[in-house]
Amino acid sequence: MEHFIFTPNVKIAIFILYSFIFILMTIIKVIQITTKKDLDNIWIRMKSFLLICVFFTAAFCFNKIVAFIFLTLISYLCLKEFLSLIPIRKTDRNVLLWAYWSIPITFYIVYIQWLTLFYLFIPLYMFILISVRMVLASNTDGFLKNLAVLQYGLMTTVYALGYLGLLAIIPLQYNPKGGAIGLLFYILVLTVSNDFMQMFCGKAFGKHKIIPKVSPNKTWEGFIGGIIGTTILSVIMAHYLTPFTLSQSIFAGAVLAMFGFFGDVTMSAIKRDLGVKDTSSLIPGHGGILDRLDSLLFTAPLFFHYFAFLNTIVISRGN
Amino acid sequence: MIYNFLKYILFCFIIKPFIYLIFGVNVSGIDNLPKIAKGASIIVANHNSHIDTLLLMSLFSSFQTIKIHPVAAADYFCNTKLKEFIFTKILGIIPISRKVKKASKEEIFKDINEKLRAGETIIIYPEGTRGETSELTKFKTGVAHIAKMNPQIPVIPCYINGPDRILPKGTFLWVPFIADVYISEPIYYDNTSTKDFTEKIQYAVEALKEEHKKREEL
Repeated sequence: MEHFIFTPNVKIAIFILYSFIFILMTIIKVIQITTKKDLDNIWIRMKSFLLICVFFTAAFCFNKIVAFIFLTLISYLCLKEFLSLIPIRKTDRNVLLWAYWSIPITFYIVYIQWLTLFYLFIPLYMFILISVRMVLASNTDGFLKNLAVLQYGLMTTVYALGYLGLLAIIPLQYNPKGGAIGLLFYILVLTVSNDFMQMFCGKAFGKHKIIPKVSPNKTWEGFIGGIIGTTILSVIMAHYLTPFTLSQSIFAGAVLAMFGFFGDVTMSAIKRDLGVKDTSSLIPGHGGILDRLDSLLFTAPLFFHYFAFLNTIVISRGN
Repeated sequence: MIYNFLKYILFCFIIKPFIYLIFGVNVSGIDNLPKIAKGASIIVANHNSHIDTLLLMSLFSSFQTIKIHPVAAADYFCNTKLKEFIFTKILGIIPISRKVKKASKEEIFKDINEKLRAGETIIIYPEGTRGETSELTKFKTGVAHIAKMNPQIPVIPCYINGPDRILPKGTFLWVPFIADVYISEPIYYDNTSTKDFTEKIQYAVEALKEEHKKREEL
């Protein structure tokens, strides 16, 4: 049974994260009791967030198989939410089952570290297979639209999330400070904190709307505040968890902040197009799992390829 | 007793994990759902798929499902010995004949009344059969007759959206989707005619359907 390696730095980072959550929750509870303000909404959000963190840590603490089953489940829930939102033709039900089966296959490919096949599986093989299966269903009404929607769903909820698994199998030699878990921790914390800082800066200083037609709550001030805050946090975390130099960590932080924002508004645009507010009500206070992971859909693949570009990673089957 | 235990195991370890993990349910108005321990109720819903029943029963705790009995067509669910055994003994359905012409109401609804008087809950689909997607056909008056015979028992209208995508009529292929259940406040029989009461129930279910449409269009 293969386990993940938690370097001392990662253990300290996880400890700091949990302390931070508990301090924040204590502050909220104290404010709620002393000023009698209605903070139930934030409290529920924090509780859900803590639960997500616990699930993630538990899955990766256990062993590699459990962690990959966990990632498969997340990807499955995302795709299911995505497909439940969109109108589906009755003739495509078979095609959808094929799409669902691509999830365990993708994560199995990552698990056995067959990188080339992972790069190709969704963008090439599933791209062809889904088209072939949909043609065989022989219903041309809305063919292109349904085909495109399904391909987009697979790219975002399966291929992009597959990169989380890919980050988790990076060998320790490429990142002696933090290991694979350090990189995963780095990107997850940065993406989530970017969302938080954007929201915070937007609420505190927000005046100029950035794309009011897509997301009326997003402002230039929040966007820039998010980039600055995330870059600072990135520099601090990169020093302890990654092999990045200062300039590399600044670049990584800025890119993650920017594309985290774009992932977020892309999902907003999709929801606005479909006329829904949340993708589902799975996580109390946050909406659906896709609402929570939307920023990660762009940042995870980008970050992996940036890291791979800097290190010319060689991961072969069985090493 | 052994059958009740089987039903508990079935719901606790197979059906509920399936419904909540593989499919997923958004419930609105869960507080309107009766506490089974406190007495009987009649759950009324639209019907598009076999999943409807499993979905409604999964809203209750596994222990409570023992006291819930879906009313189902005898000609479909009891046409072979094996099916009859599985559905009546383990799932606890109340088979009802769809083809009875003239018989006293007491006799037709004998089994249902027995269960209701024992403080148990029934699920009934007044459309009479699985209908087409997102269309409500005219309700049949059976529910109103049952409510008239048991005026103290609440009728709870529900609207279910989604199972017609998971398993539509006429297919065997299950495809995972998230389902929505809307539950409205209980209605009691109000001494009007059974026809009026049926319309009242249908109106309540249609109101829930409108609520769903509004949420979709947000």
